[in-house]
Amino acid sequence: MANPLALYSHYVSISLRSQMQYRVSFLLGTLGQLFSTGVEFIGILALFDRFGSLNQWTLAEVAFFYGIVNVAFAVTDMLSRGFDHVGQLVRSGEFDRMLLRPRSTVLQLIGQEFTLRRLGRFGQGAGVLLWATLYLDIAWSPSVAALIVITVCCGACFFLGLFINIGTVSFWTTETLELMNVLTYGGIEASKYPLAIYHTWFRRFFTMVIPMGCVTYFPVVAILGRSDPLGTSLAFQYAAPLFGLLYFILSLFIWRLGLRHYRSTGS
Amino acid sequence: MPHILVDNIVKTFRIAQRRPGLWGALHGVLRREYRTIKALDRVSFELEPGELVGYIGPNGAGKSTTVKVLSGILVPDSGRCEIDGRIPWRNRISNAANIGVVFGQRTQLWWDLPVIESFDLLRDIYRIGSGEYLRARDELAALMDLEPLYDVPVRQLSLGQRMRCDLAAALLHAPSVLFLDEPTIGLDAVSKLAVRDFIKRLNRERGVTVVLTTHDMDDIEALSDRVMVIGHGRILSDSTLDDLRARVTRERRLIIDLLDEGQAIEDPDVTFISRSGNRVHLQFDPDRVPTAALISRITAKYAIKDLFVENPPIEEIISRLYDEHELR
Repeated sequence: MANPLALYSHYVSISLRSQMQYRVSFLLGTLGQLFSTGVEFIGILALFDRFGSLNQWTLAEVAFFYGIVNVAFAVTDMLSRGFDHVGQLVRSGEFDRMLLRPRSTVLQLIGQEFTLRRLGRFGQGAGVLLWATLYLDIAWSPSVAALIVITVCCGACFFLGLFINIGTVSFWTTETLELMNVLTYGGIEASKYPLAIYHTWFRRFFTMVIPMGCVTYFPVVAILGRSDPLGTSLAFQYAAPLFGLLYFILSLFIWRLGLRHYRSTGS
Repeated sequence: MPHILVDNIVKTFRIAQRRPGLWGALHGVLRREYRTIKALDRVSFELEPGELVGYIGPNGAGKSTTVKVLSGILVPDSGRCEIDGRIPWRNRISNAANIGVVFGQRTQLWWDLPVIESFDLLRDIYRIGSGEYLRARDELAALMDLEPLYDVPVRQLSLGQRMRCDLAAALLHAPSVLFLDEPTIGLDAVSKLAVRDFIKRLNRERGVTVVLTTHDMDDIEALSDRVMVIGHGRILSDSTLDDLRARVTRERRLIIDLLDEGQAIEDPDVTFISRSGNRVHLQFDPDRVPTAALISRITAKYAIKDLFVENPPIEEIISRLYDEHELR
C-alpha cells in the first residue's frame, strides 16, 4: 500500500492534471522550451559552419555530447522544480507542512511538481542525440548500448544532486543562489562541449569537485570509440558514471545536514 | 503514562541583527551579529488521553514553537518530550503518522485540485488502507456535510468550507492527537459554531486529544475546560477556566436594564463600567458584598426591568494576566 514509487506516481498524475487545467500555457511552455533549446543548437551549428571542427571534435560528436546532456538534464528538470523553491517554501511555512507528513522531504519535494513542459527540452535533446547517433559510426555492442542508458540515468541523478544542493543552500541563505546557478546552469552549458577543450583547472574542477565530466565526457568518449586526448583508460570511462551516482548520494547526506540545521534553528 | 509529556523544554533562536541602510546590509554580509531569543523557557506540562486544552498567549509568546516541537518540526535545545512514548523530533515520521495538525491560516489541501483528490493523495501519503480510508472519509463527510464539496477545487471554497475540509484532511489517518492553530480565524458565526461543535464531538466521542491554540476566547469558553497561558516562553497558568478566573479576579458583572433611561445607580459596593441606552454594566466583588444582598438592595431602591449577574469576559481575565506579567 502506497510505497514511495506508488505515492510518486500519484503525485505525478496530480501534477499532470493540474497542468492540463492550463492547456494553452502548457503547450506554449513546451514549444518555448523546444525553440529556445533549438536556437541554442543552431548556435553550435553556426560555430561549426564557420570553423569546421573544434580541437579535432566533429560536429556530430559535439552533437552527441549536447544531446546526452540535454536528455539527462531534461529528465532531472522535470523532477526537481521543488528543490528550486525550497527557500520560498521555507519562508511561506509550506516546508513545515512537509515535515508534518510521514514521508521523506526529498520524496515530497520531487513529487511537488512534475514539470511536463520540459518535454520540449527532452524532445530537442533526444532529436539531436538521434541525429548524431545516425551520423556517427558507432561500434554498437551491448556494452555500448548499456553505457548510453547508464550515462543518461547517472547523469540525471547527478543533476538531481546539483538541484538538491541548491535546495540545501537555501536552508542557510537565500542570497547566494545566483552563485549556485553558475555551478548548475553554467556547468551544464560547459558540459555540452567535450571537456578536453577546456583549461586544466576547469577540467579538474568539473571532474574531481563536481563530477560533471564523469557523467558526460568520459563515458561519451568510450561510446564514440575515440581515444581520450586526456589519456584516461577505457575501464575508467565505463566506471565514470558511477561518480555521478555517488555525488547524488552525497548530496542526499548534505541535504540531511541542511535539514538538521533547519530543524534546530527554524529559519 | 500521560499521552503528551513535555518536560522542561528550552528552545532558543538566534536572530540575525540587521543594521539600517546600505552599509548595514554590507556589514551584515561580512559579519553578522546575533541576538538570542528564548522562545521556550523550561516549558512543562502533561496531557492525558482525551483532554482538550486551550493554549493561549500573545503573539510571539511561544505557542507555535511549542506546536512545532511537539510535531517534530523543531528540535529543542534541551528538555524531554514524548507523545505516545515517541520523541517527536527523533521519530518525526512515526510521530507525524500519529498526529494531525490544522493551521487556520494555511490550508494543507492542494489549491488547484478538487477536494476529493487531496483526500486521495493524503491516503497515499499517510499509507491509509483503502477500507479504513473510505470509512474515515465517509464518517467525516457525514459529520461536516462535505460530500457536496468533493468536486470543488479548493481555491473556490469559502473559508468556512475550506476549514471543514482541512479538519477532515487532518483526521483521515485517525490521529490520536490533534493540534489546532486558530481553527476559527476569519470564519463567519455559523461556520465558527459548526467547527466548534465538530471539535467538541471529536473530543468527546472519539477521545482525540486536542491542543487548541487560539486568540478567540469564545473558542476557549466553548471548548476547553483546561487552559494553559504562555508568555515570554513560560507557562504562566495551567488550570481550569474557572480557577483561572478565580485566581485573576474575583469580580462579577452586574447588568441592569432600567425602566427609566435617565436614572443613575449609586451604591458603595459597585463600580460603574459602562452604559448603553437603559442598560448599565456594573462590577462588584462578591467577597465584599453577598450577591443576593446587593441585588435586593438595588431592586428596592431603583425601578428595574431586568437584571443579571455574569462572570467577566475571558478576554479581560487574560488581559489582566498579561498585565500582571507585563506582557504588553
